[in-house]
Amino acid sequence: MSGPADVLAIACLLAGALLCLTAGLGLVRFPDVLTRMHAGTKPQVLGVLLVMVGGAIRLNGWSATWMLLLVAVFQLLTAPVSAHMISRVAYRRRHVRRDLLLVDELGDGSHQDTVYRGDEPGDAPPEHPPRSVPGG
Amino acid sequence: MSVEPAATRLRHQVPLVIWLVLVWILLWGTWSWANVISGLLVALAVLVFLPLPHVVGGVRVRPVPLLVFFGHFAADLLVSAAQVAWIAVRPGGVRQAAIVRVQLRTDSDLILTMVAEATSLVPGSLVLDLDREERLITVHLLHVDDEAAVAREKEDVLRTETRLVRAIGSAADLAALEAAA
Repeated sequence: MSGPADVLAIACLLAGALLCLTAGLGLVRFPDVLTRMHAGTKPQVLGVLLVMVGGAIRLNGWSATWMLLLVAVFQLLTAPVSAHMISRVAYRRRHVRRDLLLVDELGDGSHQDTVYRGDEPGDAPPEHPPRSVPGG
Repeated sequence: MSVEPAATRLRHQVPLVIWLVLVWILLWGTWSWANVISGLLVALAVLVFLPLPHVVGGVRVRPVPLLVFFGHFAADLLVSAAQVAWIAVRPGGVRQAAIVRVQLRTDSDLILTMVAEATSLVPGSLVLDLDREERLITVHLLHVDDEAAVAREKEDVLRTETRLVRAIGSAADLAALEAAA
């Protein structure tokens, strides 16, 4: 059996797989946690959605379609949240390539490193310890 | 939690019950009264044993702006996926990123949450931090060339918020938007 529906399903599946591949490439190639999270959210989410659409076209029966719809909705709802939590922790633990940042409006002075380039261990001491920390 | 009138509580929880029953039916994949009734029981059990703070207060859905929002959102999702995919495969890789803060204008939990979700999925931005008290959203931008691009991305976040408030904001939210503009 082949027809326009099958062609459309194949196109969706291939495009989705390709987007997931670029998401994986981005995870490897991007320089720090924050940029990697971009790869983990956008192409990844759209890739999963396209695979879902392709599957919904190709699979028989509505029950599979409803299940795929749910997966798509929860993918859209949860991917940004998990990316947000991970990047928030990464920022606080200074896993940030500051040399790549054009502006940083979040820095409140407590972790403004001038020498650290990011990717140092999370327990690296602050370069300029805030005065409130006893004994530095 | 403060004690509130039973009627208010009921009005806040009915949408949640409907949503939970809908998810239950979708999970089973078939429509039947047995599924509806068992879904209702599960939803009520969830609400009784895992009470949640309600977030849907003060929402008024306007269909046309809501469609506009979802249209923009779908287009943004396509563009951003293509953009990030290209940055991932192009020879240069990531060149310059930025972290910026944007002052939002609404004061609704639901709308702030949805702005954060939508911002994470639209081109070039990822939410780093959300200050509920100050209504400050901190966004990481994947690709900026200069200060003008940074300003443009900030405008984008505000535009997303505007569309969302027009779609589901209460009258007070709309007024806050007008006052800030």
